[in-house]
Amino acid sequence: MSRRIVLGPFNRVEGDLELSLDLAADGRSVAAARVNSPLFRGFEQILVGRQPLDALAIVPRICGICSVAQSAAAAQALAQLAGVTPPPNGQLAQRLVQATENLADHLTHFYLFFMPDFAHPAYAGRPWHAAVAGRFRAGSGSAVGEVLPARARFFHLTGFLAGRWPHTLALQPGGSTKAMSSAERIRLLAILREFRAFLEQTLFADTLEAVLALPDADALQAWAAGRAGDLPLFLRAAADLGLERVGSAYERYLSCGAYELLPAGIRQPGAAGTFTVDRLETQKISEDIRHAWLTGPDALPPAQGETLVDADKADAYTWCKAPRYADQPAETGALARQLLAGQPLLCDLVARHGASVTARVVARLLELALIVPQMEDWLRAIVPGEAFCLPVELPDSGEACGLVEAARGSLGHWLSVRRGHLERYQIIAPTTWNFSPRDRHDQPGPLEHALVGLPAGPEAPPTVQHVVRSFDPCMVCTVH
Amino acid sequence: MPAATVKVLWLQGGGCGGCTQSLLCHEPRPLFAELAGAGIEFVWHPALAAESDHDALTLLAACTDGSRPFDVLCVEGAMLRGPGGSGRFQRLGGSGEALHSWVSRLAARARWVLAVGSCTAWGGFSANTPGNPLEACGLQYDVDTPGGLLGADFRSGAGLPVINLAGCPVHPGWVVDTLEKLALEGLTVDELDELGRPLLYAEQLVHHGCPRNEYYEFKASAQKPADLGCLMENLGCKGTQTHADCSLRPWNGQGSCLRGGYACIACTEPGFEAPGHAFQQTPKLAGIPTGLPVDMPKAWFVALAALSKSATPKRVRENAVGDHLRVRPAVKKGQK
Repeated sequence: MSRRIVLGPFNRVEGDLELSLDLAADGRSVAAARVNSPLFRGFEQILVGRQPLDALAIVPRICGICSVAQSAAAAQALAQLAGVTPPPNGQLAQRLVQATENLADHLTHFYLFFMPDFAHPAYAGRPWHAAVAGRFRAGSGSAVGEVLPARARFFHLTGFLAGRWPHTLALQPGGSTKAMSSAERIRLLAILREFRAFLEQTLFADTLEAVLALPDADALQAWAAGRAGDLPLFLRAAADLGLERVGSAYERYLSCGAYELLPAGIRQPGAAGTFTVDRLETQKISEDIRHAWLTGPDALPPAQGETLVDADKADAYTWCKAPRYADQPAETGALARQLLAGQPLLCDLVARHGASVTARVVARLLELALIVPQMEDWLRAIVPGEAFCLPVELPDSGEACGLVEAARGSLGHWLSVRRGHLERYQIIAPTTWNFSPRDRHDQPGPLEHALVGLPAGPEAPPTVQHVVRSFDPCMVCTVH
Repeated sequence: MPAATVKVLWLQGGGCGGCTQSLLCHEPRPLFAELAGAGIEFVWHPALAAESDHDALTLLAACTDGSRPFDVLCVEGAMLRGPGGSGRFQRLGGSGEALHSWVSRLAARARWVLAVGSCTAWGGFSANTPGNPLEACGLQYDVDTPGGLLGADFRSGAGLPVINLAGCPVHPGWVVDTLEKLALEGLTVDELDELGRPLLYAEQLVHHGCPRNEYYEFKASAQKPADLGCLMENLGCKGTQTHADCSLRPWNGQGSCLRGGYACIACTEPGFEAPGHAFQQTPKLAGIPTGLPVDMPKAWFVALAALSKSATPKRVRENAVGDHLRVRPAVKKGQK
């Protein structure tokens, strides 16, 4: 009989998380993992019966860290319903606000949620431990006092473009409520320069362009050796712990595509070490509720989805549904986005050892290097004086879906409207994919799969913590 | 540096975590340095602390039994009592117990209890949805009715009701200023408004300092999203009825909802989640907005609106219905 341990409250994630781990016979490694989201939010019920545009005020409040992504998904679905396309300025403004949130989230995750685990006393004696602990210890590391002002200053973009963050009403199906003046455009470019300086001095200790040009895993380690900067420090610790080999899930990656720059698609394992990349067919997405405290048919496509509570259901262990693509679990996030875009360094990291703690963290930070210069371009492309928002008229009835990339991966909103009111609103959030429970075929979710075989138990180093946090979970979105 | 440290214990209920995310935007000093300078430290925070799992439960148990003293209990998120009163919509991970049970026990130990954000103060979206599907409530309110989890008669160790830092999300300054006020000299009931909100942010209206004031004065109203005009008449703005200093204390540098081009939806007020009309549309009766500015009799408002509309300068009238300035304020010719 294997021993079961429960890890919770699993903190430094957004929202509530509990892990249940069955240990192998030797009591030192994970034989099976169950991921429990112990909080239920009920937004899909709360939205039903509301007027469609009210979703713009409600859905950001699903999540305080992916708030804009939720707005963007709703705005996109409502735009589809109305048959409207925002004018170029409106699209650029929306994209800038979304990118600000996504990149700030990557920074928050790395500095405040993920890195403090490396200050753990279990690592005392490793050559990098003193440096990492001094820099990243929770609440008191020297990096905290540097990243918080940089993050706050970067969020001034949302002060200008969206009034505030989180929870803005600026993103509308017709574009953006905030028309940028030419004076504001100059100041926004200055904010981006300041943020770039932080990244280049503190995070990378190199130019964004040089980071993006690193071709493969060997070049990455050579680059990190002896270099100042927080990413190089992490890479030296990660190499010492072999984290480039830890944390692979199913090697099936899904992205909705972002910024008209990163493509949508699904990348799956092929024969003998190869992989295939295919177009994303959203009709292949379904949500399975066999092991969630929910009742109804086992699996439904989100456009027909239901969210009905059954807290006493046998064999259920979470409030999270299990999204599947063609009945298969899939991983989503920055790594998936970059693999589908063919980013050379990440393709190489994954070709060697599959997805890993290292690959997921590098993918996120590379997005900072990739997207900040794009944001500079988008700002320059804005034409003050031209329209930012078009008026929108919604039909009395209809169905639509909005698909966007949040920091943590693919986010979908499926809505249907009857007689001027929302009749159904179903959401699949990134962490719902990554932290899904088992489905009716008993296939574990991606994290559940990734944890199997890892060291666990009282003597174990915090490897499980690294893998869990490498996904950058957002549990409040998960259980919307 | 004050001699005694004020220790803050933070728990997250049924919410979005956005109040913590907003708090981390505190400026100009980084949050932890700002608080440490005022003699305030976190005992534990679910998103920021080192302790996880067993260590976190041990710490929380010690706070509950009094062996680990703390001063302020900050709770972020609604209290979820469902389904069927079981509290299973939110259990504290690893403990198997409803989160609200932990909050009740810890509140009994705290000198001050802060409800951070409107969900925590009033109950959130579920409490404003027919049937309240999550059986949600605030710490001391069921929407606008005293009660909630702790009950109308609850008083914390310092003799105060729950301090309601209402807002969705909270402004980082509202939290930091309140904590620093507590650390400096405590807080009296007189420094709270009728709904338990600190006057340090709730004695203003969002309207005060609104950058669209000239449009408001002349009732030069926006007609569609992104228009520069006043958002009260058509687009649902409740800034003249909402208690908060959002137009005087900027968000994220220089922002506010009004500066972002959209209506104040009264997110510091109980019941804002279910206004009874579309959020971005002003309800009217016979062409007059049903929600009038606080302290303003309807007849005055109607008379004043009619007068000011008739006196609106062309510049203000035209600029109100576009997304950028089309008519600049006149410059006197020949001025040096």
